[in-house]
Amino acid sequence: MTVSAGPVPRRSAGATAARRQNRAAYALVLPFIIVFAAMLIVPLAYSAYLSFFRTQLVGGEQFAWLANYLRAFTDPSFLGGLGRMAIFLVIQVPIMLGLALFFALALDSGRIRGSKALRLLFFVPYAVPGVVATLMWGYIYGPDYGPIAQVVRAMGLAAPNLLSSHSILGSMMNIVTWEYVGYNMIIMYAALRAIPQERYEAAEIDGAGQFRIAWSIKIPAIRSAIMLTVIFSIIGTFQLFNEPSLLHTAAPNSVGDDFTPNFYAYNVAFVNQDVNYAGALAFLLGIVIAVISYFVQTAQNRRQGEKR
Amino acid sequence: MTETLTRTERKATSVPQRRDSRRSNLLSILLWLCALYFVLPLVWLLIASTKDNSDLFSTFGFWFGRGFSLWDNLVSVFTVRDGQFARWGLNTIIYAGVSAIGASLLATMAGYAFAKYKFPGATAMFSVILGAIMIPLTALALPTYLIFNSIHLTNTMWAIIVPSLVSPFGVYLMRVYAADSVPDSLLEAARMDGAGELRIFWQVGIRLLSPGIVTVFLFSLVATWNNYFLPLIMLNSSDLYPLTVGLAQEQSASAAGGGAQALFSTVITGSFISVVPLVIAFLFLQRYWQSGLATGSVKG
Repeated sequence: MTVSAGPVPRRSAGATAARRQNRAAYALVLPFIIVFAAMLIVPLAYSAYLSFFRTQLVGGEQFAWLANYLRAFTDPSFLGGLGRMAIFLVIQVPIMLGLALFFALALDSGRIRGSKALRLLFFVPYAVPGVVATLMWGYIYGPDYGPIAQVVRAMGLAAPNLLSSHSILGSMMNIVTWEYVGYNMIIMYAALRAIPQERYEAAEIDGAGQFRIAWSIKIPAIRSAIMLTVIFSIIGTFQLFNEPSLLHTAAPNSVGDDFTPNFYAYNVAFVNQDVNYAGALAFLLGIVIAVISYFVQTAQNRRQGEKR
Repeated sequence: MTETLTRTERKATSVPQRRDSRRSNLLSILLWLCALYFVLPLVWLLIASTKDNSDLFSTFGFWFGRGFSLWDNLVSVFTVRDGQFARWGLNTIIYAGVSAIGASLLATMAGYAFAKYKFPGATAMFSVILGAIMIPLTALALPTYLIFNSIHLTNTMWAIIVPSLVSPFGVYLMRVYAADSVPDSLLEAARMDGAGELRIFWQVGIRLLSPGIVTVFLFSLVATWNNYFLPLIMLNSSDLYPLTVGLAQEQSASAAGGGAQALFSTVITGSFISVVPLVIAFLFLQRYWQSGLATGSVKG
C-alpha cells in the first residue's frame, strides 16, 4: 500500500511481493487454522447444537429450546459444584498466587542462597501428572497409614481425617496449590527478570526498602504477567477434573460425582448417557469462565486507569 | 510470613553493604523450608516405592521399611498383567512426543505468520484464537468424542494425538516471541537475495525461534503426558492407555480389593517411574524454556 506512491513499474513489483507474502502467510497459518477449526470450532458448535435438544424414550430427539439450560439453573448438583468452585476461587487462587509472587520476588531480590536450585525445586511438581499427584497425596492424607496422621499421632494427638467430607475441599486445594505454585512463580519470575535494573536501582540508592521497591516498582511492572496467571487460574479452577475424579475413588463418601461442575458434566455424559444435558452444562461452564475472566480483567483495567 | 519478610529485608538494606554480602540468611532459611513442602511428597513417593505392601501401611512414611523391595517392585511394575506398564509408557511417549512435535510446529508457523506478515483476516483470526484459550476442556471433549465416535476414530491413537495438536496459547507465545526475536531487516535482506518466503521461514525464522519452540514443545509435551481426561473418554482398550489412565485404573482396582490387592506398592512405584522422564526433560532444557516463557509473560 505504501508503495503506491512510487513509480508505476515498482508499484506492480510491490503488489506482486505483497501478494507473494500474503500467500506465504496463509500457507503458514492454514495448517493450524484447519486443525483449530476441526478440533475447537466444530466440536463447540456441535456441543451448542446438542444442548438445544432432548432425547426421550418415546419420540427420540426433540428440539427443546432452552429446557436444558433452565434445568441446569435449578440443578442442585450443578449449582453446588459451581459454589464449591467459587469457594476454591476465593480461597485457593489468592493463596497460590500470593505464594508464587512471594517466591518470585524473593528469588529475584538476589538475597537467597541457592536460588537456582530453589527455583527448580518449586517448579518440579508441575512436571508431575495431576493423576500421580492426587494419588500420592491421597496416600499421604490417609487417616490410618498416611505420614501426616503418623506424625500427628506420634505427638500424642488425634489424627485428623483429611479425606472426610469436611476437610476434602481443603485437601484438594492443597493438592492444586502444590502442583501449580511453581508454574505461576516461573511466569512471574520471568517477567521480573525482564524489568530493566535502572528502574529500581535509583530507588535502592535513595534508601527505599526491598518491600517498598517490590510493592511500588516491581509488582506494577509485572502486572500483565500476574493477570495472565489469574486468568489461567480461574480457567483451571472451573475445569478441575483429575483431582475430584481420583479422590472420588479414594473417598467416595466425601467426593460425590457432582463435586466439581466438570466432573459432574462428565458423569452426566458418560454415566447417565445424557449428552444433551451434558452439552448444556459444558456450555454454561464456559460462559461462567468467560464472564468471570472478563470481569476480573475489566476491574483490573479500571484500577489501572484510576492510578494514572 | 510477610511480617518476617519485611523485617529481614529492611534489615538487609538498612546497612549499606557490598553486593556479594547482601544475601539474607533469614529469607534463605524461610525459602528452603518452603521448598520442603514441594519436595517432601516426592521424597515420600521415592521411599514408598522401596517398600512392599505390608511395610507401606505399617512403617513410618518418611523412612525406609523393614525390607528394601525397590527391585521387586520394579519387576512387579513391568510384569504385572503381562507387562502392560511398558506398553502404557510407550503409548505415553508416542502420544506426548507426536503431539508436542506437531503442536509446536503448527504453533510456530502460525505465530510467525501473525507476527511477521500483515494479511487480510489476521486480526480476526488471532482474536478468535486468543478467545479459545478460555474454552473449558469438557465443552470440547464431549462433542469431540461424539464426532470421533461417528467416524470410528475413538479407541485409536489418533483420538489422543489430533485434539492435542491445537495449542492456542502456543500460537500466542510464538507470535510474541517471533515479533521480538526475528528482525524485519533480516527478512528484507533475505528477500533481496531472492529467497522465497517459506525458505526464509525454514532457514532463518526457525533458527531464531528455537528457544520459543522448545518452550511450546515442552509445555505441549507436559500437557499431553499429563492428560487424563481425554484418553479416559476416548479409549477403552487398555492396550492403548497412557500411563495416567493405566495407573488410575490400577489404583482403583487395588482399592476395590479383589485379587489385585498386592498392587498398591506396584502402583506407587509405577507412579514414581512415570514422573522421572518429565523432570529430567525440564532439568536439561531449562535454559530454553525459561527464556521462552520470559518473552511470553512480559508482553502478556
